[in-house]
Order: sequence, then C-alpha cells, then structure tokens
Amino acid sequence: MNIELYKNLENSFGVTSLEVKNRNQSYIRVKKEMAVPLITHLKLVESYKHLSFFTIIDQIEKGEFELLYMLHSYSRNHDLGIIVSIERHETDMESIHHLWPAAETYQRELREMFGVEFPDSPGLYENFCLEGWEGIPPMRREFDTKRYSEDTFYKRPGRETNDPAKYMKEKIYPSEAETW
Amino acid sequence: MEKDMERRLYADTGAPEGSPVVNPDPRTLGDSSNIQLFNEQLKLLNSGLTEEDRLNFCDTPPEVIKPFRGHWENFLNWARSESLWILGFGTGCGAIELRPLMTSRFDMYQYGIQPRPTPRQSSIFVIGGYASVKTMKRIVRSYEQMQGPKFVLGLGSCTINGGMYYDSYNTVNRLDHYIPVDVYIAGCMPRPEALLAGLMELKTIIKEGRGEGANKYAENFEWYKANQKRIIKDWNMPDYNW
Ligand code: SF4
Repeated sequence: MNIELYKNLENSFGVTSLEVKNRNQSYIRVKKEMAVPLITHLKLVESYKHLSFFTIIDQIEKGEFELLYMLHSYSRNHDLGIIVSIERHETDMESIHHLWPAAETYQRELREMFGVEFPDSPGLYENFCLEGWEGIPPMRREFDTKRYSEDTFYKRPGRETNDPAKYMKEKIYPSEAETW
Repeated sequence: MEKDMERRLYADTGAPEGSPVVNPDPRTLGDSSNIQLFNEQLKLLNSGLTEEDRLNFCDTPPEVIKPFRGHWENFLNWARSESLWILGFGTGCGAIELRPLMTSRFDMYQYGIQPRPTPRQSSIFVIGGYASVKTMKRIVRSYEQMQGPKFVLGLGSCTINGGMYYDSYNTVNRLDHYIPVDVYIAGCMPRPEALLAGLMELKTIIKEGRGEGANKYAENFEWYKANQKRIIKDWNMPDYNW
C-alpha cells in the first residue's frame, strides 16, 4: 500500500495499524464511527471501487466482532482490508448498501449468522440460509453446534472414527506401511 | 418492538469470556410432542396454512393400500422393479453421481432406470447425501407428492448417520426418521458402481414384495410428522402434500 495514502487516511480518519501482507494486499484498522466515512472516501476518491467481500470474525476472547470489508482497486491493482471492531454486546453497525447494493446480501447473511444488525438495510430480516431459526445465531462461537446437533437430530449408534492416515496405512497399503 | 426483543435476546447470549456455553434446548423450543395433527373428524388440521389457503389443499391423511396377493402382485412387482423412474431432485454432493450413471459408461437405462422431472411421474427418490433442514422441507414435500408405491434410496454416509456433517447444526443425521428409506448405500461418496449395486438390491427388495415404504409412511404418519415438525420450524405447507 502506498504509504502516502496511509498517512493521509491516518490524518483524516484516524486509521491505525497498517499491516502489509504483500505488494497487492494490506489491512488497516479504523474506529466504528469512522468506518463508513472512510469506505465512502476510498470508493469515491481513492478508486477502491469494488467490494470483494464483507465478513465478520468472532473474536470471543476479546469480546468483540471484527468486521472485515475487503475493497479492491483496479487502477492500483490492490486489495485493502478494513477491519472494524465492534462490541459483542452492541451489535449495531451502519449499513453500506447505499455504496454497493450487493452489500444488502452480505448484511442479510451477517444478521442471520452473527446477529449483527444493520439498520435500514433492505430485506435485513428475510431468510438467507436458515428458515425459521430460533435461538442464538449459529456462527457465533458460543453456539455449540455439536451439542445442538445431538439434541436436535437422531444419532445412529455405532459411529466409529479412525485417523485416516493411520487407517489407510494399515488397511489399504499394509505392505507399504513400514516404509512410510 | 419485535426487533428490540430480538436484539435483547442476542445481547443476553453474548457470553462473556469463560462463561459456560448456553444453547437453548431445541426440545423445549418447538414442542412437537403435543403438536396437533388431526381434528375430530380425523382430517388434517393444516395449521401451517392460512385460512383461505386451507381450502386449496387436501386434508386427508395418507392411507395404507394393501398389496394384492399371489401372482398378480408378483407380476406388478416385477413391472415396478423394471421401470424405476428417478425423481430429478439432487440433494447433497451425491447427486453428481447420477450424471455418470446416465451416460454410456454405466448406462442406467439398460436396467430400466431413467430420470423424470416431476414427483408425480417418478417412483424412486434418490437422496444424494446430506439433507439440511431447509432441504428436508423440500424432500418431504416432494416425497409426499410421489405416487405409491414409491421407494427411497439413501446415497452416501450423510444419509446414514450424518457422515462428516454429523455435528452440523443444519444437517439431519438419520434420514429414516423423516421419510422411510429402502436401501442405503455407504460411502463418501459412493462410486456409480455402488449406486448400481444399490439399485439392483432395490430391485430384489421390490420383487420380494418388501418395498412397502409408502405404506410404512402411512402407518406411522404421526411419528414421521412429529419428527419432521420438530426440525422444520416454519411449517408453512400442508401437513400432507398430496
Ligand atoms: S456422504 Fe460424503 S459425498 Fe455424500 S453428501 Fe455426505 S459428504 Fe458429500
């Protein structure tokens, strides 16, 4: 990432912790309030016109969600990830559907899977993947999917688990097992 | 108002570090042990439908149709087993195995098996692997629309015990608790040869007069419905989709 651009963003939007992964990819962090102004600026002024994806990482240990907006600039040939931390308890975030209509779909998914709300985003409460889900959103890390599955579905007894590598050696290639 | 409530629900469950994991017990959520299926005239209630929609759907539960006896039934079974028509509804990864099965190398047409586009025309339903809860709803709907006698073939480990998705919140573990299954084919995923072997097995089963899935479904209708309704929370279709 162009260091001048970073300095600019640092001054005007309070961007921090630049992390350069390689020539074509870097990440920056920004406060929740400045996120949407920053993204608007990047899209309209700095040629980051493409929203590659928008997702959430559940940092349960820190008690926060990290929202990751991945932008791409064709003219710079550069991917820029913008990381925004929000509290796990206050799960409201400004919507960006006015910048990219496709963001609606991402926001619908994130509402369903993490319970993060994006007020005013169209169709936010429509079903995305799940139908009639009750209880806590399944992608949150405190949701115990194994236990849920055991409680909800009927287990068939007699399930065995083998270490695939070991099993293959013993059963399928016994003669070669020593040489591995 | 509703949104506020929902938000509070999420806020409450945002477990702080080190707190025990809390899941709502699904058994207490949609209590299916006391779902009511029938009214006094033993007609289906169709409680998932709106008032005006109820008129458009049937409210008769499925009936057991007794097989004939002797040679006539044997002849019918022979005819059924030699013209297995697969419903073209692919679920899970395993549906991909149906393509090589159709084409010249494995050529299922030589065994009298061919795909059909609608449930009304088909007699065998191949569940090609994992069935998510959302797909389960469509599976139930399609299965009930098929004309009897109808057969179900569970393809892949996922239909048997959940396979590698056994701990997923969204994949049913045992298919036979939701619809009756005649043959299972183990493997992840099974080769077309295995699928052919399974189909041959199904043919033997039908010829021996053991392919009674539709009747089993009718006999245990309430049990199947209770299981289905326990996982399908937004039941907005008729109770029996005939
Ligand atoms: S058994 Fe394996 S191949 Fe078949 S649906 Fe499950 S995961 Fe996919």
